[in-house]
Amino acid sequence: MYKYVIRRLLQMIPVLLGATFIIFAMVFALPGDPTAGMCGERPCSPGFVAQFRAEHNLNDPLPTRYAKYMANLAQGDLGTTFRGEQVSDELAQRYPTTAKLALMAIVFEALIGVLAGVFAGIRKGKFIDNLVLVSTLFVIAIPVFVIGETMQYYLGVKWSLFPVTVSPDATFYELLMPAFVLGSSSIAYAARLTRTNLVENLRADYIRTAIAKGLTRRRAIGLHALRNSLIPVITFVGADFGSLLGGAIVTERIFNIQGVGGYLYTGIHNRDGVSVVGTVTILVLVFLLVNLLVDLLYGVLDPRISHD
Amino acid sequence: MRGTARSVVMVAGVSAVTLLAAACGGGSGSTSTSSSAAAKTGGAVTVHGCNPQNPLIPGNTNETCGGNVIDAVTAKLVHYNAETGAPENDIADKIETTDNQNFTVTLKHGYKFQDGTEVKAKNFVDAWNWVSYGPNAQQNSYFFQPIDGFNDTQCADPACKTKPKTDKMSGLAVKDDYTFTIKTSEKVSNLPVRLGYTAFAPLPDSFFKDPKAFGEHPVGAGPFQFVSWTKNTEIKLAKFKDYSGKWAAKLDNVTFKIYQDEDAAYNDVIANQLDVTDSVPTSAMIDDKYKTDLPDRNAQKSVGVIQTITFAPTSVDPNYANPKIRQAISMAIDRKTIVKQIFNNTRVPATGWVSPVVDGYKANQCGEFCVYDPAKAKALLDEAGGFKGSRMTLAYNADSSHKAWTEATCNSIKNALGVDCVATPVVDFATFRSQITSHKMKGMFRTGWQMDYPSIEDFLAPLYKTKASSNDGEYSNPEFDKLIDDAAAATDPAQANAKYQQAEAILATDMPVIPMWYSTATFGWSTKVTNVKITAFGTIDLASLSLK
Repeated sequence: MYKYVIRRLLQMIPVLLGATFIIFAMVFALPGDPTAGMCGERPCSPGFVAQFRAEHNLNDPLPTRYAKYMANLAQGDLGTTFRGEQVSDELAQRYPTTAKLALMAIVFEALIGVLAGVFAGIRKGKFIDNLVLVSTLFVIAIPVFVIGETMQYYLGVKWSLFPVTVSPDATFYELLMPAFVLGSSSIAYAARLTRTNLVENLRADYIRTAIAKGLTRRRAIGLHALRNSLIPVITFVGADFGSLLGGAIVTERIFNIQGVGGYLYTGIHNRDGVSVVGTVTILVLVFLLVNLLVDLLYGVLDPRISHD
Repeated sequence: MRGTARSVVMVAGVSAVTLLAAACGGGSGSTSTSSSAAAKTGGAVTVHGCNPQNPLIPGNTNETCGGNVIDAVTAKLVHYNAETGAPENDIADKIETTDNQNFTVTLKHGYKFQDGTEVKAKNFVDAWNWVSYGPNAQQNSYFFQPIDGFNDTQCADPACKTKPKTDKMSGLAVKDDYTFTIKTSEKVSNLPVRLGYTAFAPLPDSFFKDPKAFGEHPVGAGPFQFVSWTKNTEIKLAKFKDYSGKWAAKLDNVTFKIYQDEDAAYNDVIANQLDVTDSVPTSAMIDDKYKTDLPDRNAQKSVGVIQTITFAPTSVDPNYANPKIRQAISMAIDRKTIVKQIFNNTRVPATGWVSPVVDGYKANQCGEFCVYDPAKAKALLDEAGGFKGSRMTLAYNADSSHKAWTEATCNSIKNALGVDCVATPVVDFATFRSQITSHKMKGMFRTGWQMDYPSIEDFLAPLYKTKASSNDGEYSNPEFDKLIDDAAAATDPAQANAKYQQAEAILATDMPVIPMWYSTATFGWSTKVTNVKITAFGTIDLASLSLK
C-alpha cells in the first residue's frame, strides 16, 4: 500500500514536467509581441519595451526561459505576470474560494445525485424513476450558463432570495446558488450513474441470496448493492472534483467569483503566459492527487481491489 | 492615447464589449440626466471597476481601469469640467503665455498631498522629468514631447542600453515654490488644455524615494485618497479631508468593485447591490431594455471616441493610392443602416474626423464622402480607373466584438462598388497592432481613437501629421502639416480652431482614413445614489456623486 502510494507520487514528477512544458511552449510560442498592444494604437516607448522584455526574460530562447521558469518553480516561485502580480499570491488568495465552491458543489452532487439515483433505482419503472430520468436529461441538455443566468435573474435580481454576485469574502450563503449551478449537470450524471448501477446490482445473484437468507431488503440494498454500485460514482465524483477545482470558468464569471477559473480565463485572454502556466501547474498537481485519492478509495469500498 | 489604450482594456477582455456598451447613442447632445434630489454628504458607494494594468503611477497609467482611480486621487494644474470637458484651473492659479511657447505657471497656495506635504512647483517639474526620462520606462512619457529638451531624456537606442544625455528637460525651470516655467520646442496653443491629463499630475517627494511602493499605494492631491487595492477584486478610496480644491468629494468612501463580466455588474445594479456601472451589456441594449430595467437611473452621453477605417500606406499596398478610390469606398458604406442594425443606434454616424464633444468641432467636414450614395461611389471608382487588386480586405482584431460591423461594412462596399470585400480577422489586438506598425498589414484595417484631452488638436495632430506617433496610414501632406503648425502658433483660440478645421477639411480631399461613427457612453445606477455625472471621457465624475 505505502509502496503503491510512493510509486504513484514519483510518477507525478514526469507528468508534471511534461504538462508544464507543453503548456509553456504552447502559451509562449504564440506569435505576436506582448508589448505590441499594451500602449493602445501607439507603439510603446523603446524604454518601456526594453525594460518589459528584460523583466520577463522575453529576449531568451524558449528552452532557456523554460529552464529559468522551472528553476524558480522548484523554489516555490510561480513567477510574476505581465501585470506584475505574484502568481502564487493570486492563487493562494483564490484557491480557498474555488475549493469552497467545488466542495459545496460536490456535496450537492453526492447528496442530491446519489439520493435521486437510489430512489430511481429501487423504484425502477415507477413514477419517481421516470421523473429522475426526464429531469436529469433536461439538466444535462441545458448549458450551464443558461441555468446560471436564469437562476441569477429570477432568484437574485427578481425575487432577491440570493445575492446576485459573490463578494470577495465568498460566504457560504453567497456561494449556495453558484455551487448548485456548478454542480447541476454533475448531479444529473451522478443520479443516472447511481441508478443504472443499482438496477444492475439489484438483479445480481448475491442480492437474491442475501434476501433469500433473510436479510431485510433495506439492508441488502444499503449494505451490499449500494456499496458496489458506488464505485463508478466515486470515480466520477473524484474526477469531477478535480475539474471543479480547476475552476469553473463559466460559473465564476456569471457570479463574479474571485476564483481560479476567472483567473485562468483572464490569463489566457490577456496572453499572460506566466499566470496560465502557474495555474495549470497547480491544477495538474491537484488532479493527480485527487486521482490517487480515488484509487485508494476503491480499496475501501471493495477489498478485492488491492494495491499491493 | 489613454483612449485607445482603453480599447486595449476592452480587448484585453474584462468586458469585451465595453466600447460597444460604452457607446450608446443619441445625437451629439448629451443627455446627462440625473435625479437632482437633495444630495447629502458622507456615506459609501460601490462603482464598477476593472483591474489596473500597471502600477498606479500617473505616468504609467494609460488605460481606464487605472485611470479612473488615479484621476480621483490626483489633482492636476487643470481640471476638465465634468459636463462640458472644458478646462478650468485647478492647482494652477494662472497659466500665462504671450507666444504659445514660453509658459509661466503660477500655483495656488495650500494644496496638500495626501502624505501631508504641500504641492509646490518642484513637485511638477520633478514629476514631469521623471516620467519623461527614457530609462524609467513610463508609458505616458510621450506626453512631454512638446517640452524643450524632451529628446535629450530619451534612450538613443531601442534597447535603452546607453543612458540618455540628461534626466532633466531643459524646457522646465522652477522659479520659486509656487512658480515654474515651461518652454516648448515648438508653438503649442493648447498646452493648458493638455495639462489636465493624468500624466501631468504632480508627484510628492516620497514618490522618488520608492516609486514601486507608490505604484501600490498612490498619493496625490485630489479629492479622494487611496486606501487599498486587492488585485482583481476591489480598490478602496476615501475622502481626502485636507483637499483644498473646488471639487471636494461628497462621499466618504468609494469602492471600485472589479467584475469579470459586465452582465454580473449590470445585474447587481438592478438588484441595488452595486451603485454605478459604466457598462451596459449588449443584451440590455436591444430594444432599449436597460431603460425599463433601470427606469430614471440611466444616462447616455457622447464621449470623445471615434471609430475609423485606415488604409495601409501606399508603400505597403498601392491599390488604394488614388484618393478617389478611397472616397468611393467611404461613400459606399451605409453608416446609418449599420449603426442601426449592428449597434442598435448606440453610435452616431460620423461626418468628420473630430468628435462632437470637443471645442472646435465642425459638422459635415467629410461632406458628401461620408454620405451613403452607391451610384456616385461606383461612378467615382470608375473615374479612378477601377480597383486594381483582386479584392478588398478590411482587417480587425478578433478578440473583441468587431466581426459584425466589419462584415456589414464590407458587404455594403461590395454591393455598392461591385468589388469583392472580405473582413479578415487577426487573432488578437497585440498581433493586429504589431502587423500594422511593422507594415505587414495590407488593405484596410479598423482603427479607433479616444481623446487624451478635450481638444480638436488631439483628433488631428497625433493621427495625421507627417510621422506622427499614431499615423498608421503614414499620411503626409505638407499643407496639412503647415495648418496644424499655424494653429498651434495661433494665440487666439478661435483662430486656432479655424486653422484646425481647415486642416480637417484637407482630409476629405485626401481621405487617408474613413470616419465611421462617434461613440456614446451609457450608464446605470442604483436607487441609492444621485447626481451621477458622466464626463466627456465617459467616466463617472466621482466628486459630484452622492447618496440620496
